[in-house]
Amino acid sequence: MDWGALHTILGGVNKHSTSIGKIWLTVLFIFRIMILVVAAEKVWGDEQDDFVCNTLQPGCRNVCYDHFFPISHIRLWALQLIFVSTPALLVAMHVAYRRHEKKRQFRKGDQKCEFKDMEEIRKQRFRIEGSLWWTYTGSIFFRLIFEAVFMYAFYFMYDGFRMPRLMKCNAWPCPNTVDCFVSRPTEKTVFTIFMIAVSSICILLNVAELCYLLTKFFLRRSKKAGNSKQQPNHENKEETKQNEMNELISDSCQNTVIGFSS
Amino acid sequence: MSWAFLRDLLSGVNKYSTGIGRIWVAVVFMFRLLVYVAAAENIWKHEYDEFECNIKQPGCENVCFDHFFPVSHIRLWALQLIMVSTPSLLVVFHVAYRENREKHHNQKLYKNPGKIDGGLLCTYLISLILKIGLEIVFLVLFYKLYNGFKIPRFVKCDIKPCPNTVDCYISKPTEKMIFLYFLVATSCLCIILNLGELSYVIFKYSIKCYLKRHMKKQQ
Repeated sequence: MDWGALHTILGGVNKHSTSIGKIWLTVLFIFRIMILVVAAEKVWGDEQDDFVCNTLQPGCRNVCYDHFFPISHIRLWALQLIFVSTPALLVAMHVAYRRHEKKRQFRKGDQKCEFKDMEEIRKQRFRIEGSLWWTYTGSIFFRLIFEAVFMYAFYFMYDGFRMPRLMKCNAWPCPNTVDCFVSRPTEKTVFTIFMIAVSSICILLNVAELCYLLTKFFLRRSKKAGNSKQQPNHENKEETKQNEMNELISDSCQNTVIGFSS
Repeated sequence: MSWAFLRDLLSGVNKYSTGIGRIWVAVVFMFRLLVYVAAAENIWKHEYDEFECNIKQPGCENVCFDHFFPVSHIRLWALQLIMVSTPSLLVVFHVAYRENREKHHNQKLYKNPGKIDGGLLCTYLISLILKIGLEIVFLVLFYKLYNGFKIPRFVKCDIKPCPNTVDCYISKPTEKMIFLYFLVATSCLCIILNLGELSYVIFKYSIKCYLKRHMKKQQ
């Protein structure tokens, strides 16, 4: 059980995401989770062992370390990544629920069900409309909130994004104000800035996706309102079929370009 | 053998769960198992090496650490995760028993071996009650063993061979406390989900039973 399991869970959601959603997932896995596991964990690996205070007083180092690092950067990032990935589960559950309903319809032998067998239902890709649109938009909204909250918590806890070389500590049992030295401060600063930058990019991607979904929603509504006033029904159906085909073609082109396998 | 085994087990259980049961599995995966493996384990990794007492007397640190941490938080957490996931196995075993019976008698004895009705309903309810009970037991154990969910920065120890009362300093107490509170919060969330599922299943099947009886009376 590790980040790989998260990759399996979220990979399934990828099929039903918009193109921006797929880019967001790629950024999340390559530039955040992979960097965290492969590089950042090693930089922070020896953080308490190499945190040195200019005193022989036993306990002073422990207390000063605890005072300056209430929760380690690496743990905050891990929590941030877990919380930010969780809203995608809402979408996965909604899709699973729809699939379950379709399977029930199919088993009852409903005439309206257009699938030939269970395999087709399992492989079907749902369009983001109706209640799934609300779930999807809600999940992006929660993602944005979690990202913002964690970035603020980071800034608030560590007074900015820089890791100082030296910290002055006078917590008990340190006898006076002692100098404590952080291990690898420059490397930690570099990684902190990198993670914050990628977090900001993810926030921008989420905002863009939200705008895209809202625009699509309003366009669809105005089209429906316009169509119902002007044209009779059978012409409507042909147009919507053509629209669906165009969308499927453009989506399958995007799939091959991004090539994110689920 | 690792946590992947538990993950596969819970994925198998997911098939026979209700909707709330599936939410429970998702919460256990994401907020408990993943947080444990990705974050919490590393905090407690060097807890013994970083436990420092203000004394040079050999053996004093050992004895004091053992006195204040009879079972480490992280081990209790792991035990809790394993114990709380295990009652779901009862349901899996029961379904396997049903399918085996059908195979043995070579005829269809049940409408659907995986559907929650009859004996399987009792097993499902028992597994839910066990899950709730085990969660509460572990929370109470945490509370009693460590006098609440707070971790002090230092503890005073005067057990032999420590010559007097010495101050012993615990490493990363704030971070450990944050994750302990996280553990308690997710535990409570899981208890609420299990209680919700229990009420839902009991309600659903009592309505079903009542309607069946009502139909029989009418006939």
